[in-house]
Amino acid sequence: MSERVFRVWRGSGDGGLTEYEVEANEGEVVLDILLRLQATQVPDLAVRWNCKAGKCGSCSVEINGMPRLSCMTRMSIFEPDEVITVVPLQTFPVVRDLVCDVSFNYDKAREIPSFTPSPDTAPGDFRMQQEDVERGQEFRKCIECFLCNDVCHVIRDHEENKEHFSGPRYLMRVAELEMHPWDTADRRKIAQEEFGMGYCNITKCCTEVCPENIQITDNSLIPLKERVADRKYDPLVWLGRTIGRRPTDTPIVPNTRRPADAGTIIGKEEDEEG
Amino acid sequence: MPPTTEADITRYTYDVVVIGAGGAGLRAAIAAREEGKRTAVISKSLFGKAHTVMAEGGAAAALGNVNAADEWTVHFRDTIRGGKFLNDPRMAELHAREAPERILELEYWGALFDRTAEGRISQRNFGGHEYPRLAHVGDRTGLEMIRTLQQRIVALQQADAIELGDPDAMLRVFAETTVVELLTDHTGAITGAFGYRRMDGGFVLFEAPSVVLATGGIGKAFLTTSNSWEYTGDGHALALQAGASLINMEFVQFHPTGMVWPPSVKGLLVTESVRGDGGVLRNSEGARFMFDHVPDVFRAHYAETEEEADGWYTDPANHRRPPELLPRDEVARAINSEVKEGRGSRHGGVFLDVSTRLPAEEIRKRLPSMYHQFRELADVDITAEPMEVGPTCHYVMGGVRVDADTAASDVPGLFAAGEVAGGMHGSNRLGGNSLSDLLVFGRRAGIGAAAHADSRPNSEVSETAVSEIASRVLAPLKQGEGVNPYTVHSELQETMNDLVGIIRNAPEMERALERLTELRQRSDMLSAPGDRVYNPGWHLALALPNMMLVSEAVTKAALERTESRGGHTRDDFPDMSSEWRRVNLAVRAEEDGMTLSRIPVADIPAELMKLFDREELVKYLTEEELS
Repeated sequence: MSERVFRVWRGSGDGGLTEYEVEANEGEVVLDILLRLQATQVPDLAVRWNCKAGKCGSCSVEINGMPRLSCMTRMSIFEPDEVITVVPLQTFPVVRDLVCDVSFNYDKAREIPSFTPSPDTAPGDFRMQQEDVERGQEFRKCIECFLCNDVCHVIRDHEENKEHFSGPRYLMRVAELEMHPWDTADRRKIAQEEFGMGYCNITKCCTEVCPENIQITDNSLIPLKERVADRKYDPLVWLGRTIGRRPTDTPIVPNTRRPADAGTIIGKEEDEEG
Repeated sequence: MPPTTEADITRYTYDVVVIGAGGAGLRAAIAAREEGKRTAVISKSLFGKAHTVMAEGGAAAALGNVNAADEWTVHFRDTIRGGKFLNDPRMAELHAREAPERILELEYWGALFDRTAEGRISQRNFGGHEYPRLAHVGDRTGLEMIRTLQQRIVALQQADAIELGDPDAMLRVFAETTVVELLTDHTGAITGAFGYRRMDGGFVLFEAPSVVLATGGIGKAFLTTSNSWEYTGDGHALALQAGASLINMEFVQFHPTGMVWPPSVKGLLVTESVRGDGGVLRNSEGARFMFDHVPDVFRAHYAETEEEADGWYTDPANHRRPPELLPRDEVARAINSEVKEGRGSRHGGVFLDVSTRLPAEEIRKRLPSMYHQFRELADVDITAEPMEVGPTCHYVMGGVRVDADTAASDVPGLFAAGEVAGGMHGSNRLGGNSLSDLLVFGRRAGIGAAAHADSRPNSEVSETAVSEIASRVLAPLKQGEGVNPYTVHSELQETMNDLVGIIRNAPEMERALERLTELRQRSDMLSAPGDRVYNPGWHLALALPNMMLVSEAVTKAALERTESRGGHTRDDFPDMSSEWRRVNLAVRAEEDGMTLSRIPVADIPAELMKLFDREELVKYLTEEELS
């Protein structure tokens, strides 16, 4: 057992760091310390967490400058006398203390046309080899901790990009659907034009912070970029355009994009059924 | 952020309100929406984070993809055996019949299960299942399931966005919102639900003729548990307060293999797939002790030597199963007694070894989460050394008494599905039967709730009741120098762990009841400093009464049942009794406290009874039933 110094963000966006001394034991993770702080010193310390097993992706914070899951960050990775600074994710609005409003992510999820099997098929019809599903399975390991979207400089440093950039999490979702052997939609055009594939310049920050070690950049973003480029030069697409046939590009789902100034979900509830 | 100090209440009107957004809740909401009903899903956490994500091994369904001999009747028989003949037979039948269809439906909504060589959904072995039966994705099946259901909800919302111009028009998710009480009219029928938003502490009132409880379990009443913070027995408590009965509350499943070291992760689940895929249990003397713990009722089905057990993995037709794959209650008890008798590991567990059983590459492929979890949290490489494991509170078999076909409780308009419902699993749940249970009965609850909404218009909620609840909810914020909810919570957890845990007896449970009374008195003055914006101390103060109510139900039922069966083991009544086999204990909350009553267990239909031979039945049934 030892006493550790923690500096924790308190308050909303205009809050600040408060220093605490708190007990730490062998084998503990940062979330253990935050919960002990809550139970013994600061009962209203806002921390979002669920499973404490690295499976749900709720407890994302930034620890000494790195986006991390607090439940998977062992205290043993720090020097014995190192001060540990914990702040909320910096890309999303702070609700209070270590909790952010992550509704941006859920909004982006709704814009992507869902899995679209052929209407000629029915449940039980699909036959897929293991190697066909493995690519998608890697992306479906995603626990939606949103650390990749948090670290991505396209939106971390540029609020104005949020409307037209879905972030690595959802570009990876597009890639996953495009790689599903039984999907019939074509999201390549909207990946570029609506979800901002072109903003990504492959700095791999997303891959570095992924707690599931998903190769986001190499296995989803780059292949998606290639597919987007292929479409442009796809002879069938070119022929379709030339002879005036309707393109087969799947459009963004209508009425799912909230105007940039509409505020958070809570703001929306206020004008509703009150 | 809107102001948070006024007691403003945001009101909504829905046909069906689903409380809980795990597998059962999401599947219920999908069904209600598909029935054309305006549906709300209320989630304590963010959308897609519910406890279902933690399910690892798989979903049991007799698809027959790996062994064509599997069919629903065999699944039914395994389920009844696992539950020691206390299951609601109609629930076990519907579950076994419908699970395959529910799994294929998930695949059609985009789930990517692991495959067989023929390109079908692969299935793995698990404790108590006669054939490889669990559809799975490595050891993260629950995540795949919740993500698929979440994405199906989004797909339905997209259809509404196109047709009605608003994705939330027919199906809306209220994330980080907690229901604190159900509302009923003078006839006792449901009229709605009252809760608060975590984000700003604002109140919400849902007026609806149908409410589906899908709130999961109660594990946070115990100290060593595999359950997340959400498992505070909310649905069990809401049901009791609304007048419904809970059955089988004495049956709590201790999963045999939780992590035991370091203390930070004590209780964290180690999937049964480790054993399903060949892992074995050893004590400190290096012995595969499970051979010494095969109970009489299962002796005929399990191997007697290591050679025979090891042969089963490749040639199941000519070998009996390894005893490591006994139902969970048996394995948990065996580990408990090995440790008690001094053959445990350094940190009070036993050894689970897969490193000498499979090549390292294969382990990483089949058990990626376990590999990751042990490497990251315990500095153990499971491909090179054994894991230390011990029992952890995992699942409650008991829950709301429901009608098997519609999931309706005894309260008109109140439905329940998943872990919060009772009966399906009898006295012990088989691994893999939970994920399929969520799908089968989640769907049935959604349809049942939709049909009820058709037959009954919304009726007005009582405004007096609403304002009473609002002031009760605000009380802990105003109680200044009161009692710290975190302290009371940890005392409750110790009480339940020590006195109503894996092995029970009357004096300890009587002591537990006294301590629960004392804790309840102290919790009248719970204090949560701070305001209403995302205040976890306040949230815990509101969840604690639920955990205490549920703990009392568990303890009272456990004290009453003077036998040992499944997830209820008493050292003062170590035997299974065929008289008790015929009894479900039902708990109700009355004006003057909690009451227990005995309800007969329904008979297994004659056609299905033929699945069991007489030799097996004599171990469970009374003379009278056998003749």
